[in-house]
Amino acid sequence: MSRIGVFICHCGENISATVDCEKVAKTLASMPGVAHSVDYKYMCSDPGQSLIRSAIKEKKLTGVVVAACSPRMHEPTFRKACAEARLNPFLCEMANLREHCSWVHAKGDATTDKAIDLVSMLVEKVKRNKPLFPIKVPVTKTALVIGGGIAGIQAALDIANAGQKVVLVEREPSIGGHMSQLSETFPTLDCSQCILTPRMVEVAQNPNITLYTYAEVESLSGFIGNFTARIRKKAKSVDEKLCTGCGECATACPIKKIPSEFNTGLGMRGAIYVPFPQAVPNKPVIDRSRCTYFKSGKCKFCASKCPAQAIRFDQQDEIIEIPIGSVVVTTGFNIKETSFFPEYGYGKYKDVVTGLQFERLLSASGPTLGEVKRPSDGTVPKKIVFVACTGSRDPAKGIEYCSKICCMYTAKHAMLYKHKVHDGDAYVFYMDIRAAGKGYDEFFRRAIEEDHVNYIRGRISRIYERNGKLIVRGADTLLGAQQVEIEADMVVLATAAVANDGAESLAQKLHVSYDAHHFFAEAHPKLRPVETNTAGIFLAGACQSPKDIPETVSQASAAASKVIGLFSNAELTREPIIAVVNRTAPPLFSTCVGCFMCQSACPYHAIEQEEIKTREGKLIKMVAKVNPGLCQGCGTCVAFCRSKSIDLQGYSNEQVYAEVMELLS
Amino acid sequence: MENNFEPKIVAFVCNWCTYAGADLTGTSRIKYATNVRIIRFPCTGRIDYNLLLKAFAQGADGVIVSGCHPNDCHYTSGNFHARRRWIVFKQMMEYMGIDMRRVKFSWVSAAEGAKWADIVNTTVNEIRELGPSQEYLEMSRQGVA
Amino acid sequence: MKIGLYPGCSLEGSSREYAESLRAIAPHLGLELEEIEGWNCCGASSAHQLDHTLSLALPARILAQAEKQKFPELLVPCAACYNRLASTKKDLANDASTRDKVTDLINMPYTGVTSVQNILEVLNLVLTPDVQKKIPAAFPHKVVCYYGCLLVRPASVVHAEKMEDPMQMDDLMKRIGATPLDWGMKTECCGASLSITRTDIVGKLCGNILEDATMRGAEAIIVACPMCHSNLDMRRKEIERVTGKKFSIPIVYITQAIGMALGLDAKSLGLHRHFVEVSVHGKNKVQQNVSSPSMAAVS
Repeated sequence: MSRIGVFICHCGENISATVDCEKVAKTLASMPGVAHSVDYKYMCSDPGQSLIRSAIKEKKLTGVVVAACSPRMHEPTFRKACAEARLNPFLCEMANLREHCSWVHAKGDATTDKAIDLVSMLVEKVKRNKPLFPIKVPVTKTALVIGGGIAGIQAALDIANAGQKVVLVEREPSIGGHMSQLSETFPTLDCSQCILTPRMVEVAQNPNITLYTYAEVESLSGFIGNFTARIRKKAKSVDEKLCTGCGECATACPIKKIPSEFNTGLGMRGAIYVPFPQAVPNKPVIDRSRCTYFKSGKCKFCASKCPAQAIRFDQQDEIIEIPIGSVVVTTGFNIKETSFFPEYGYGKYKDVVTGLQFERLLSASGPTLGEVKRPSDGTVPKKIVFVACTGSRDPAKGIEYCSKICCMYTAKHAMLYKHKVHDGDAYVFYMDIRAAGKGYDEFFRRAIEEDHVNYIRGRISRIYERNGKLIVRGADTLLGAQQVEIEADMVVLATAAVANDGAESLAQKLHVSYDAHHFFAEAHPKLRPVETNTAGIFLAGACQSPKDIPETVSQASAAASKVIGLFSNAELTREPIIAVVNRTAPPLFSTCVGCFMCQSACPYHAIEQEEIKTREGKLIKMVAKVNPGLCQGCGTCVAFCRSKSIDLQGYSNEQVYAEVMELLS
Repeated sequence: MENNFEPKIVAFVCNWCTYAGADLTGTSRIKYATNVRIIRFPCTGRIDYNLLLKAFAQGADGVIVSGCHPNDCHYTSGNFHARRRWIVFKQMMEYMGIDMRRVKFSWVSAAEGAKWADIVNTTVNEIRELGPSQEYLEMSRQGVA
Repeated sequence: MKIGLYPGCSLEGSSREYAESLRAIAPHLGLELEEIEGWNCCGASSAHQLDHTLSLALPARILAQAEKQKFPELLVPCAACYNRLASTKKDLANDASTRDKVTDLINMPYTGVTSVQNILEVLNLVLTPDVQKKIPAAFPHKVVCYYGCLLVRPASVVHAEKMEDPMQMDDLMKRIGATPLDWGMKTECCGASLSITRTDIVGKLCGNILEDATMRGAEAIIVACPMCHSNLDMRRKEIERVTGKKFSIPIVYITQAIGMALGLDAKSLGLHRHFVEVSVHGKNKVQQNVSSPSMAAVS
C-alpha cells in the first residue's frame, strides 16, 4: 500500500497568486494512497524541506510529490531532502505548478483544476517508482578546451596549474583569438598583446597542456568523465619538430597578396605564413587553397629555402582519439559580415571599416604600424564618425540583443584616435551608452570631457560618398530628431557581435543547446552560467553571449574551477535513469525474443547480445542486455521493443501509462 | 457562435528541448490556454505511440508530441527515430479513421517559449472547432480498436 | 504570362503615361494584362489616416474582386496602391476578427488567395534573358534609380530583400543596357502627399534628390511610383524656387525606359506628357508599331 506525501509550494506568491494551493492540497489529501498533503509558502526553504523530512519519518511515506517549480530547477534539492530522511531519492517527483501552470494561466478554477491534475498525475507515477541507486563511473582526468582565445587560454592554464591534464584545440594556426588583434584594452588602455602574449607562451610551455593548433573537433562521444574526442589535425605541411620558426619560407613564398585574416584584410600574407609575429606556436602553415604548388604542382620555393628541410607537401590530415573527462567550450564570437549593412556602404567604400579593422589600424603591430591612415589612400583622416549599434539591438535586422562590448570599445577608439591625431574630429553616434563595469563610466566620460569626442545620440540612416567624402546622415534625437549630416573622411562601424562560424555544428557535435542566434546555452542564466545542460561540458567567453575581456576571463576561471571540482572525485555517480531488459524465471529467462531492434536504435551502442546457456553450456536463447556504463537513458529502445521486454528506469511503461490514465480519468 | 467545449489535450514532450521551452514560456510569463497537460519524457524517442492510442482511448480530445529540432537531440538521434515512427503511425491512425488534426507533432527548442504557447493555443482552437473526440471511443465500442 | 491589373486612380489621371508605357511594353515582354472589373479607390494617403477599418475595407474589396474574377496574381503598378493592398492582405491574414468585420462590410467573400505584385517583381520575371537578347545595350544611359518609400517599407509588409539598399530597379536597368550609378538618395523621402499641402517641403526634399543625381552625372532618374514622379517632375518650378538652382534632369518611369530600349515611339510611351523634357532615348530608334488589344484600351 502506497503512502504518498504531497507538498504544495506557494513559491511566495508565484504559484498562489493564480492557483488555489489550499484547495489543491485538500483535494489531493482525499486521493487514494495519499497519506499526507500540505501546502507551504516556500517548500525549497530550509523549514519547507524539514516539513518534508519530518513527514517522511512521521507518516512513514513511501513516496513524495513536491508541487512547486520546474524539476529542472529544484528536483535535486528535494531528492536530497528525501535522501536525508532515508527515503530513496528516486521516490520523489516534482509537479511543475509554476512554469507550466501558475505563470502561464490567469487566476481561476481552470488553473487550479489543471494544478490538481498535474499533481495527481505525478502521484500515480510515484506510486510506481522504484528505489534506484546511483551508478558509479570512473573519471578520465583530462580536460578538452575547444578554442584558444583568451577564454580558452585562461581555462587551460587554470586547469593545468591545478595539476590536471589539458588538451587545447584551436582551429587557426595560432592561439590568441580576437584579443591578440586588439590594440589597447579598455578601461585601462594597456596594450592587449603585452598582457596576452605572456599567457600564450605559458600555454606552450606548461607540461600539463597539449596544444593542437590548426585542428578541429570532429566528434565527441561518451558522457561526463568518460568522453572520447576525435580531433582532426589539419595538415600544416610543415614538420613542427624540425621547423625552427626562422621565417625564411614566408619570405621565399612568391605569393604575397593574400588578405591576412589577422589584419582583417588590411594587410597581406603569403601562402605559407605565421599569422602574426608573436604567434604560438611560432611555426608556419601552408594555406593549401592558395599555394601555387598545391594548385599547379610547381613552385616549392619555400622548401628550397628552408634551412631545416621541414616542409612536407605530402603531409595528411591526421585524426586522433583522446579520452576526455570534461570539456570547456571557448569558441568565441565573430562580427557580422559586410553584406548586412548595404546602407552604410560597408564593402563598397574602403574607408568604411569595422571596429576590428580599426583595432588593427591603431595597433603598433598592425599594417600601418599604429598610425591611423585611411585604407583607400593612406592619408590621415581628419574627421572620423563612429557608429555604435551597427546591427545590434535592431529587430528589423534580426539581431535584438546588445553586443555589449561596442559602447566601450567605441569610446576607446575615439579616444585613441584623438591621442594620435590631435587636430582630428571624432563623432560617435549612439543609442544609449551602456558602461556598467568597474571604471567603465569614468572611461567613457573621459572621452567626452578630456578628449572632446562629440557624442550624438541618434542613429545613422545612410552613408554615401560625395566628392571623396563620406556623407553620414543621421538624426540627433536630443535636438528633437534634427537631421545631422557629417562629411567624414572615415567611418568605423561597431558591427554586431555574432556567434562564431560553425558554432551550430559544434553544438550539435557536443549535444549542447544553443539559442536562436547560435550562441551556446547555459544550464541556468543565473545560477549555472558556465554549465551546459550536458553534464561535464562547460562554457566560457563570448561563445555564450557577447562579452568583454574581464568577464570572459572570470567565466573561464569559473569553468576551470568546475572542471577541477569534477576531477577531484575518484569516481562519479550517475543518475540510474537507464534502460534494463527484464529477466524472469526459467524456462523463459526473459520475455526478450532476441530481435535486437533495440540494438539498431541505440545511439550509444549500449545494447549487447547475451547468451543464455544451460549448465552444460548449451545455448538456450539470445537476449538483449544493456551496458549500464554506456546507456544514457533516452529510452528510444523502449519505444522500439515489440515484446515490451526493455524498460526505462524512472520512465517505465507502468509509470507513464499510469500518468496518462490518471490525467484522463 | 457559442462553444463551451473545453478540449482535453495531453502533451508528450522531451525533457531537454520542449519541456525546457515550456519552462521558458513560464519564465517569460507568456499566457496560453489551460487545456494542456504536459507529461515529461527523457526524449521523443522514448514516446511509444501506443501511449497516444491510450490517451485517445481514455478520452483525450487532442495530443501534442514535441521534442528537439532535428540535429539538436540531446541523445543524438532519438527525435529522428520518433519522426520515422510517426510517419508509419500517422498512416495507421488515418487508416483507423482518427482525424489526424487531433495530433500535433512539432519541434520546440529550449529557446522557443513563445512558439510553445503558440502551438498550444492553435491546437486548442483547432480542436475546439473539431469538437469532442468520438472516433476512437466509437471504434472500441464496435470492437475495432 | 497573364496577370490581373489594378490601375488605381493615378494611372488614369496624373500618371497616364505610366499606364500607357506599361501597356505598350507588355506585349513585347509576353505579358498579358487584364484590368479587373469593378475596381474602386484603394484609399491611399487619406483613408488610413482617418479610419482604420475603411483603410482595410477599400483594398479588401479590390482583392475580393480579383479573387472573384479568379486572378491568382494581381499587378499593382502604383506604389501607393501596392502598399495599401499588401498591408491589407497581411492584416487580414493575421487577424480573423478583422477579416470577419471587413468581409461583412464589403459584403463579399475574401480568402486572400490572390497574390499582390508590384511592378518590379513582375518586370523581374518577364524581362528574361531571351527578351534581353533582343535589346542588347539599348538604353545606354547613366541613370540613378529612385525607390522612394512605398516599394520598400515597412519591412514586415514589403519583402524587399534589402530595405535600406534596394537593388531590383538597378538590376533591371542593367538588363536593358543602362549604367545605374551609386548614389545617396535612393530611399530618401520625396515629400509624397505634401505635394498639395506643403509644396515648400516637397521643394526642399526633391531638391536634395535632384541635386545628388545631377552631381553624380546621371542623365535620368528612374522611378516606379506616381507620387515620386509627380513630385520630382511636376513640382520642378517649386523645387527651383526653394533651392534657387536649375535642374534639367528628366524623371522616367521604369516602364518608359524599357519602352525606349525596345525602340517604341515616344508618343506610345507618353513621354510628351512630362513637364521636364525627356532628353534620353533608346539606341534603336526603329519605330516598331505594335498593336495589341491592350493598346486599344488606352486612348
